[in-house]
Amino acid sequence: MLWVASTLVAVVFAAPLGYLVWKNLGNAGDYLDILSDEGAFAPARRSLLLASTVASTSAVLGTTLAWLLIRSDLPGRRTFSVLAALPLVVPSFVGALALLAAFAPGGLFDIGIGRPKGFTGAFVVLTLFTYPYVYLLAAARFASLPATLEEAARTLGRSPASVFRTVVLPQSRGAIAAGTLLVFLYTLSDFGAVSLLRYDTLTTRIFSSRLLDQPASLAMSLLLAVIALVVVTAERRVQRRRIHVEAVSAGRASARASLGLWKIPALLFVVSVVAVALVAPVVVLGQWVLRGLLDHELALVDVFQPAWNTVWISVVAGAVATSVVLPIAYLTTRYRSRFAGTYDVMVVSGFALPGLVIALAIVFWVVNAPILNSLYLSFPLLVIAYVVNFGSQALRAGQVAVSGSPTGSTTRRRCWAPDVLAESCRSTCPSCDRGLAAGTGLVVLSTMKELPATLLLAPIGFQTLATRIFDRTEDLFYAEAGLAALVLVALSGLLTWLLTIRRMDTLS
Amino acid sequence: MNSARRGVLVMALGLLAALVAGFGAAGCTGSSGDTLTVYSGRTENLIGPLLDDFAQETGIDIDVRYGQSADLALLIESEGDRSPADVFISQSPGALGFLEADGRLSELSPETLDLVDEQFRDPDGEWVGLSARVRVLVYNTDAVNEDELPESVFDLVNEEYAGRVGVAPENGSFQDFVSGMRETVGDDETSAWLEGMADNGTQTYANNTAILEAVARGEVDMGLVNHYYNERAKAENPDTPTENYFFPGGDLGTLVLVTGAGIVDTAPHPDDAEELLAFLLNEESQQFFAAETFEYPLAAGVEPTVDLPPLAGIDTPPVTLGALGGDLAVTRDMISDSGLGAG
Repeated sequence: MLWVASTLVAVVFAAPLGYLVWKNLGNAGDYLDILSDEGAFAPARRSLLLASTVASTSAVLGTTLAWLLIRSDLPGRRTFSVLAALPLVVPSFVGALALLAAFAPGGLFDIGIGRPKGFTGAFVVLTLFTYPYVYLLAAARFASLPATLEEAARTLGRSPASVFRTVVLPQSRGAIAAGTLLVFLYTLSDFGAVSLLRYDTLTTRIFSSRLLDQPASLAMSLLLAVIALVVVTAERRVQRRRIHVEAVSAGRASARASLGLWKIPALLFVVSVVAVALVAPVVVLGQWVLRGLLDHELALVDVFQPAWNTVWISVVAGAVATSVVLPIAYLTTRYRSRFAGTYDVMVVSGFALPGLVIALAIVFWVVNAPILNSLYLSFPLLVIAYVVNFGSQALRAGQVAVSGSPTGSTTRRRCWAPDVLAESCRSTCPSCDRGLAAGTGLVVLSTMKELPATLLLAPIGFQTLATRIFDRTEDLFYAEAGLAALVLVALSGLLTWLLTIRRMDTLS
Repeated sequence: MNSARRGVLVMALGLLAALVAGFGAAGCTGSSGDTLTVYSGRTENLIGPLLDDFAQETGIDIDVRYGQSADLALLIESEGDRSPADVFISQSPGALGFLEADGRLSELSPETLDLVDEQFRDPDGEWVGLSARVRVLVYNTDAVNEDELPESVFDLVNEEYAGRVGVAPENGSFQDFVSGMRETVGDDETSAWLEGMADNGTQTYANNTAILEAVARGEVDMGLVNHYYNERAKAENPDTPTENYFFPGGDLGTLVLVTGAGIVDTAPHPDDAEELLAFLLNEESQQFFAAETFEYPLAAGVEPTVDLPPLAGIDTPPVTLGALGGDLAVTRDMISDSGLGAG
């Protein structure tokens, strides 16, 4: 039965890939010709270059921040630990728009760096808005590290840097790798930032050809999916080969590392990351709102309904995503079988596809499968779309938490039992609890800013903050767009704290 | 082990139950009955009030799905004959042309078509223009003197404009403009102009909005956009230091672009849909386009707002809409081959 449940879930997650394969079957013979006629290989290389540089930089940035904010005695770490997660919730097209308005020539903070564009622009913007994937997972892991090892190392006279390298890092590799993979896949799927910053990737080609040359667009979407499958499979191989020696504390966290003289530079580092990734865009949005307040009326009431819609649908999507990936997570951590591995790859790869492709794939299956017809234009279908798109985040976060359990399968088993979600695990396996929460939190945050699937699949008239931001930006109603974006950031901050950060704090 | 397995099972069963419940709920909301469904590439601000008026006057309920014109066209294609869409309203002829080529639009009645001049509707009668936009050169009034402005869009390849102009190569209306150029002066001269623009250090942006923002903050001196972006930016922030420049003397730079609407071939309510199109072309609606969205009205003898030169005075170059609908893929390839594409 467990296998049946997993297979069922995996089949749903395979919907986008199945759609792309089906749509490309007609041109199977010319597949490579279509790609080379379109000149798709250069953009594919650029996509890979961008994704790998953004992912590796985010790995360093996110890990450093997590360590400073969870494991060190940095002043103001409680506040910063929430702020550092927030850039994730800025939709990338809003982030790119705001950073352009901030730093481009003539912008609010014109510091003479010229217009952010091309590879550099896309690299900087995407790194700033995606490092929280690494940060949140690494922070959740750091919060559960056992005191003993670290304290032993410290008693031996090791410096914090040395303790980090020899003790903390090896114990947290899984979490950092999972976050890095998510950043990689997100960057592959991003369209908003790369199009505004003029970097020609596979996604910009998929979009620019979607009406004019549909076969090419579909062929490139399939190429993107294949790239994701290969990368995720490779990552799994590497992770499997590594023997998990990670451990968790039984409730007692170690004392924080003292930064000593490094306190000031470390604080400067954290402040500057938060300043560029969060404060600059928020100030730009605030300026739009302020201008609107001075010039014409701006009704806060208009944002209430979209805000409520955003919150409830995201929380539902987060909860559903976490529960549906449970069977697969259980299988992969408990049995490590090949089938389970395939399912895992299926779930995780979905994150690399643009939301538009996922939405169209789901429409395609639903209208063509008579038994699914009645789902069309319903909330359950919208939730399914979100889960297919973002389930990877819940799965990876959960796996990381469980593979870090002290004695392997017993705890794993206990952790994946559903009562985890209720309460029992909290006492015996706090890291599972935290990992699941982090996973749910990531799905919630991603759903809150999701745009293309919401536009196409939501029951008609269902407005979220993201659709409102999109609508108002199209019309250059920046005041209204800015207001909705600020509400989005504030609500996400609240949810991040409730779902994720708060749990880390209670332990330390 | 057993308890764990059982737990996961319960979880899975719960999920199935949720799905089944979903089916039930979907079944209830699925029957939209007499509601007319509109897919609109125009944003809510640009059409919503008119649709509300229509619903009030006729008593016909309306559901609207807003989105990008291209995405909505793809959605209708994916939905096949299960599409709930009655009317598709597009920002450009391109998305209408896509659906027409796919056989997804139905022929409109002569009465509806005749509300609009022949040059502003589909030659095959499957969609009709609602409003028009004109291509212009928007410029920063602090950075550009009026006597510096070019006589023709073809002058923008000259050295005096090097690095000062912004375009949006992947944007639909820029592509429509280039298609118009191909139709008028041929592919060779169009390619030469595109390459000249690329060699002249022309800045590229994602879309019209991004160009307008860049011109407003002085990052680039001027840009090729649709006319109403400047009007809207001024409405949002009257201090925006930008003005529109209409190329004189029937220059290609002032090409007229049409927004339009059609009825989906599988429309559940074709009669109501036809009524809506006629409504959107009546005097009051056309007045709305003139006054509220800063566009050119196309029917009922309504004039544009005072700030805009009359459409008749613009000397629209003789470009047929048929050319703008099809053949766009070639245009797109020419643009990316010229070196104007993203890098």
